[in-house]
Amino acid sequence: MTERMTMAGAINAGLRAAMERDPKVLLMGEDIGALGGVFRVTDGLHKDFGDSRVMDSPLAESGIVGTAIGMAMRDYRSVIEIQFDGFIFPAYDQITTQLAKMHYRSRGAITLPIVIRVPFAGGIGAVEHHSESPEALFAHTAGLRLVSPATPQDAYDLIQQAIACPDPVMFFEPKARYWDKGEVDIARVKAQLDQPDGEALATAEMAKARIAREGADVTLVAYGPTVRLALQAAEVAREEGTDVEVIDLRSISPLDSDTVVNSAKRTGRVVVVHEAPTAFGSGAELSARVTEQAFFHLHAPVLRVGGFHTPYPGAKFEHDYLPSLDRVLDAVDRVMAH
Amino acid sequence: MDAVGPLSSEGLVQLLTHTGEPVENETFSPYAAHLSADDLRAFWRDMTVLRAFDLEATSLQRQGELGLWVQSLGQEGAQIGSGHALREPDFVFPSYREHGVALTRDVDLVDVLKIFRGLQHGAWNPKDHGFHLYTLVIGSHALHATGYAMALDRDGLVASGDPDRDGAAVCYFGDGATSQGDVSEALTFASVYNAPVVFFVQNNQFAISEPATRQSKVPLADRGKGFGIPTVRVDGNDVIACHAVTQWAVRHARSGGGPVFIEAFTYRMGAHTTSDDPSRYRSKAQESYWAERDPISRLEAYLTNRGELSAEFRAEVEAEAKALCERARTAVRSWEREPLLTMFDDVYALPHATVEAERAWFERYEASFADGETAAEGKAH
Repeated sequence: MTERMTMAGAINAGLRAAMERDPKVLLMGEDIGALGGVFRVTDGLHKDFGDSRVMDSPLAESGIVGTAIGMAMRDYRSVIEIQFDGFIFPAYDQITTQLAKMHYRSRGAITLPIVIRVPFAGGIGAVEHHSESPEALFAHTAGLRLVSPATPQDAYDLIQQAIACPDPVMFFEPKARYWDKGEVDIARVKAQLDQPDGEALATAEMAKARIAREGADVTLVAYGPTVRLALQAAEVAREEGTDVEVIDLRSISPLDSDTVVNSAKRTGRVVVVHEAPTAFGSGAELSARVTEQAFFHLHAPVLRVGGFHTPYPGAKFEHDYLPSLDRVLDAVDRVMAH
Repeated sequence: MDAVGPLSSEGLVQLLTHTGEPVENETFSPYAAHLSADDLRAFWRDMTVLRAFDLEATSLQRQGELGLWVQSLGQEGAQIGSGHALREPDFVFPSYREHGVALTRDVDLVDVLKIFRGLQHGAWNPKDHGFHLYTLVIGSHALHATGYAMALDRDGLVASGDPDRDGAAVCYFGDGATSQGDVSEALTFASVYNAPVVFFVQNNQFAISEPATRQSKVPLADRGKGFGIPTVRVDGNDVIACHAVTQWAVRHARSGGGPVFIEAFTYRMGAHTTSDDPSRYRSKAQESYWAERDPISRLEAYLTNRGELSAEFRAEVEAEAKALCERARTAVRSWEREPLLTMFDDVYALPHATVEAERAWFERYEASFADGETAAEGKAH
């Protein structure tokens, strides 16, 4: 049972399915009601579920997260939309000092099943603060889970798995991929959630990486917006005689180290590609894990391709700031040269 | 005290003068009319026991048994009076000085010391007491209270037609917190969603060392007005007035009237915590002024004047306080840390690979020492 849809449409369909499934699921955010969100991801949901389920909130990001925490204490599952990546910082305190730690502080008495949707990353020619990749800041915080879909199928599955998860989940939506189309099997995740331990199954599966393309020479690790780029690079490299394996992490926290390390052991060469600044980023974590766990299998140092240690530049520069096909292929060439 | 702005005592609701004389208040006296002599004696008992406990905890900190203690000294009236206005369906969101409110919610005060001994961040189950965990990031819980109140409304527990079922969220914070963005955002959300939440500000005059004038140019209660929230200033050292005003506020909220903002004008007689030195930032004259307005001696004078505080009752309360302090002392000194690996528990509700891997590594690491010791002992033998 598949339907062809865009990633934005898949998230919308996933939200609708979750809301139909559980009356305690609410959407909160700025402009998500009548407007359907600035990217129209919540399009039509306000009309069908009304003000009480699709809540246009005051323009206050910390307030949105903080009130969702209070509501979760009465078993509501809020799916929050932060309008753009760069606007998450007013809520940073609520997310890191409150949301992430409440389960630990209460020794399990309080669970906060809140999903924070963050349209993130660049490539759409936006103005300042509208193209950032802050995932490493949150991956560094214990208590949060982070996922990022790269395909409409994953967008549909992951949003429902995130909502079913009893832990807070940050859902990073690659905004440049909202309009990518793909086939979506709409039955699989429902079958999973219908199991008696559906929450646990969904949470476990949400944490698994996907081998998007098998290959023998180099492992390219990517997530969210850079998965498509990595697949393109693999195609070009193939023409040049290099067989590239592409791993779509799907989950940034936890990291599916096993899938990456096993691949590294097979290929002996790893390149990590993300849009976020390279320094202290998730690529550094992946590089460290591969080095610790597969050192004697490596033929080359693990390389990272990412953004620079600059603020995200003006849109006329982003083409050069972001990992490009050429920069990814250059890194592939460099690890192959060892 | 002829201060202006947030340090002004003008317009305070008072039902008992600082010498213990009753005062009539057209609006709020009816909300204290139900209080019997037994109720007032119970207020006095709670305030007295709380103070004794507070001093005991301070001593334990000085003896090195606690890493830190946050005194509630001087704020007993605001806390016990308001706390006793709440019922089971209500839910309290405290900051970190609300030991008196905790007492009214049947939290064992001895357990609170686990936080300050560094054993836990929580120490009670919020759901069992309608009393959330202490919040140390100033003002952040004002939003949690507001969200909780919005959920109460959604759950049909406001203006339900059965007042016994209705509830409110009650959020306690201090004068410093009113400067925090989260408190302003909470007031916005509470107002526009008409949430049944009572913001109870204890203006104890200082945020660590900074006087309330560094937080505001106007009485703190005025903060509510700009958000369209009814506000009341109450004499925070008058336990009866605090009770009455809170009683009014929670009934207003529970019955669908929306949020209320209360400023309880009080004084922190101790330090901010056991780490600071108030002699650096306030005068002896000021401390003496407030000592004359002590919430406990005020009610004591009132009850004594009416012949309602017998020597027998006093002795009973004294014994109760002593027993609590002894129990605290013994407990604190006997508490063992829980097994080391519990440090990794409850980071997530469901397994998380990073935590699991680190727990497993640490377990092996710890075990390697145990093996080493065994091996060494084996050799020695």
